[in-house]
Amino acid sequence: MAQPIISFRDYGFQYRAQATPTLHHINLDIYPGEKVLIAGASGSGKSTIGSCINGLIPYAYPGENTGELLVGGKDPKKESIFALSQMVGTVLQDTDGQFIGLTVGEDIAFALENDCVVQDEMKRIVEETAKLVDIDHHLEYAPHELSGGQKQRVSLAGVMVEKVKVLLFDEPLANLDPAAGRAAIELIDEVQERTGAAVIIIEHRLEDVLWRKIDRIVLMEEGRIVADMPTKAFLADTMLLEHGIREPLYLTALRYAGVPITEKLEPQHVDSLQLSEAHKEKVRAWYRDNEDIGEAGAQKRDILSVENLSFGYTPEVQNLKDVSFSIKEGEMVSIVGKNGAGKSTLAKLICGFEKPTAGKICLEGRDLSDDTIKERASRIGYVMQNPNQMISKPLIWDEVEMALLAGDMSAGERKERVEETLKICGLYPFRKWPVSALSFGQKKRVTIAGILVQQPRIIILDEPTAGQDYHHYTEIMEFLKSLNEQGFTIIMITHDMHLMLEYTPRAIVFCEGELLADTTAAHVLNDPDLVRRANLKETSLYTFSMACGIENPQKFTERFIAYEEAHRRKQEG
Amino acid sequence: MARVAILNYIKRPSPVHELTGTAKLVFFLAWSVASMVTFDTRVLICMLLIGAVIFKISQIKIRDISVVLGLAAVFLLLNNFFIYLFTPEYGVEVYESRNVLFPIVGRYTVTAQQLFYHLNITLKVICVVPIALLFIACTDPSEFASSLARIGVSYRAGYAVSLALRYIPDVQREYRNISQAQQARGIDLSGKDKLFTRLKNSVAILLPLIMSSINRIEVVSNAMELRGFGKEKKRTWYMQRKLQKNDWLAIGFALAVLVIGLGVTFSNGSRYYNPFMEAL
Repeated sequence: MAQPIISFRDYGFQYRAQATPTLHHINLDIYPGEKVLIAGASGSGKSTIGSCINGLIPYAYPGENTGELLVGGKDPKKESIFALSQMVGTVLQDTDGQFIGLTVGEDIAFALENDCVVQDEMKRIVEETAKLVDIDHHLEYAPHELSGGQKQRVSLAGVMVEKVKVLLFDEPLANLDPAAGRAAIELIDEVQERTGAAVIIIEHRLEDVLWRKIDRIVLMEEGRIVADMPTKAFLADTMLLEHGIREPLYLTALRYAGVPITEKLEPQHVDSLQLSEAHKEKVRAWYRDNEDIGEAGAQKRDILSVENLSFGYTPEVQNLKDVSFSIKEGEMVSIVGKNGAGKSTLAKLICGFEKPTAGKICLEGRDLSDDTIKERASRIGYVMQNPNQMISKPLIWDEVEMALLAGDMSAGERKERVEETLKICGLYPFRKWPVSALSFGQKKRVTIAGILVQQPRIIILDEPTAGQDYHHYTEIMEFLKSLNEQGFTIIMITHDMHLMLEYTPRAIVFCEGELLADTTAAHVLNDPDLVRRANLKETSLYTFSMACGIENPQKFTERFIAYEEAHRRKQEG
Repeated sequence: MARVAILNYIKRPSPVHELTGTAKLVFFLAWSVASMVTFDTRVLICMLLIGAVIFKISQIKIRDISVVLGLAAVFLLLNNFFIYLFTPEYGVEVYESRNVLFPIVGRYTVTAQQLFYHLNITLKVICVVPIALLFIACTDPSEFASSLARIGVSYRAGYAVSLALRYIPDVQREYRNISQAQQARGIDLSGKDKLFTRLKNSVAILLPLIMSSINRIEVVSNAMELRGFGKEKKRTWYMQRKLQKNDWLAIGFALAVLVIGLGVTFSNGSRYYNPFMEAL
């Protein structure tokens, strides 16, 4: 085989600001033209490996290393970050933040400008590269006129102008809706084929990345490589869940049905599965056996109803068009749809941040039109996507207490209420801690506690699990579920199809400001037409159940989810 | 997205828009210097008329920039008021004569000289402000950085300007989101509370905003380094345009205004045109 383009030899790294090393004894070779996925939970060191490869370590993040690292046969410490950038092109996670230019054309040209390429040559290269990623019709567009997927294409073009040998993607799926995420994986695959560059994808969403062929998967845990195997062999191994990574759903379904996963099954893609008739029969038997699992909830009364709601930020554009639906008390509901479909706008209208141009919103039958933001806030709480957007006090106690200070509550009452809330949120032991000592998931809890302390009836959460690995995702969602069981009504805006399937029996689908569907989550994902119109993505269970000869994929999905939940409960209790 | 921007690039088909950023920048600088230096009423009136014609050509309407014009007018009034408050006899000093029109109180009297001085101050501002606004409203922000670089400003400084333009809308949107979420937690900024409470409350919004801005800066500076920003002493510009005939004409015209204006101004040996001396 050829020389590796990237080679770690017994490599270790410690950030200057940290007490212990982040990477330990890394041995990893990546060869030209290879497609490698680096998977691992948050904090496993997978992003640090990425920073070592592109030179941000040691140039932007100083620290001490041991062992040896060669990128393109050279030691990054002896090169400049600029020399490395001509070898390794990096597409960062934040599609918006890394957009440097004021327009698409300028952003793609950025690296060329820094190389002092003459303008005519530059325009030619930009044109060519833009065509390669299919963004050549948008060269004059400003970033806010583009979707998340389009911005990512621009970033990719921006690093491809350098004719790099390695393309590094840091969590490319984190900010995209499901369909855009799938398109991104397809695009990465096409670009790899055309340019022959080595591709490294850092991501914890395994099944989504495996939509296209991956040669090899490297699994990280606590700064060490715990597995480095070809995709097939990797999937046949069942250690995924232990490491905070979720295996593809069709493989979980096979295991539930008692089919052992081996390399012979070709487990890398739901379409490549080689199932014998005996395997299929096992799946069908499991399907039949779990007929009675999961029961319909009792009917409750409406708590929130939205009637003929319309809204536009400007008179010309209608962001919401004649939307009507109602939420029952104690429900847990997902609101889904592509970026810009009007989901966040709806939340803002419910909270009173914006005023509707037509229609009304009622809470327990009472029209909210004349209520101020603050009056509504005591009944309906809103939690923003990123906890850092909300936390404004250094101490947990103060942060949770904040909303009460504006009212006329006595100090004793306040103390009691804050304590009670902290207990509900499992934060009581940390009540004296500074917020900065908490993990992302714990911070999220603090922001939720800051809302719960006002004792709202309804909580609206914007992307509660964005960017979280499976472990943190489960932690946050189980917490929300426990709140729901205590009687809180929960509405979530999400791109995560797993979340919708697993935790919310009901889903409301938006597209271009219109309410497209209001039905069960399993139904949404088993309706190909709906999936396509709302930029969602059907689950692999749909394809899988068809392949096994099960006539009702929706029922199969519902039983799978119910079984999984029962399974998880059994393991915990 | 929700609000109309107060002052930004307004794309319209006009010869002013077609000029390169560099030409407009040089024009703006020469024009500003001329109107800052001169107190010659004749020169100022000529410039004012020329400015009005350019404004007409630019296709920018008064209402497009009415908010900023209003602010400028308020500022101008205040400026005049304070000049009179502190130096009511400055015109007399400058024009070396004193024609009292009527007294007000104490040392405050209205003299023809002081009024004439105020007229000149006002003319100067009226000359500069529309041209400055036109410069901003008619120059594609993408051309700012390269224009600055071409007249000799370091491209790093130029790019800082460009990045600020790129991120201002994002930060505004973020501010709006954070402030809405905090209002829902009882943080009131509407002005019903006392000033001190309001100041304290605004911290609840600023702290998250600063944290998110710092994060933004880290991302963008990493992204820039990863793509070779700062590698060479110079860089080229995707959006830079070659200077055309009209650009040279505009630059030549601006320099002519500067030279002729200052020439006329200083022909009597001072920055001031003094009608009172001639009358004597």
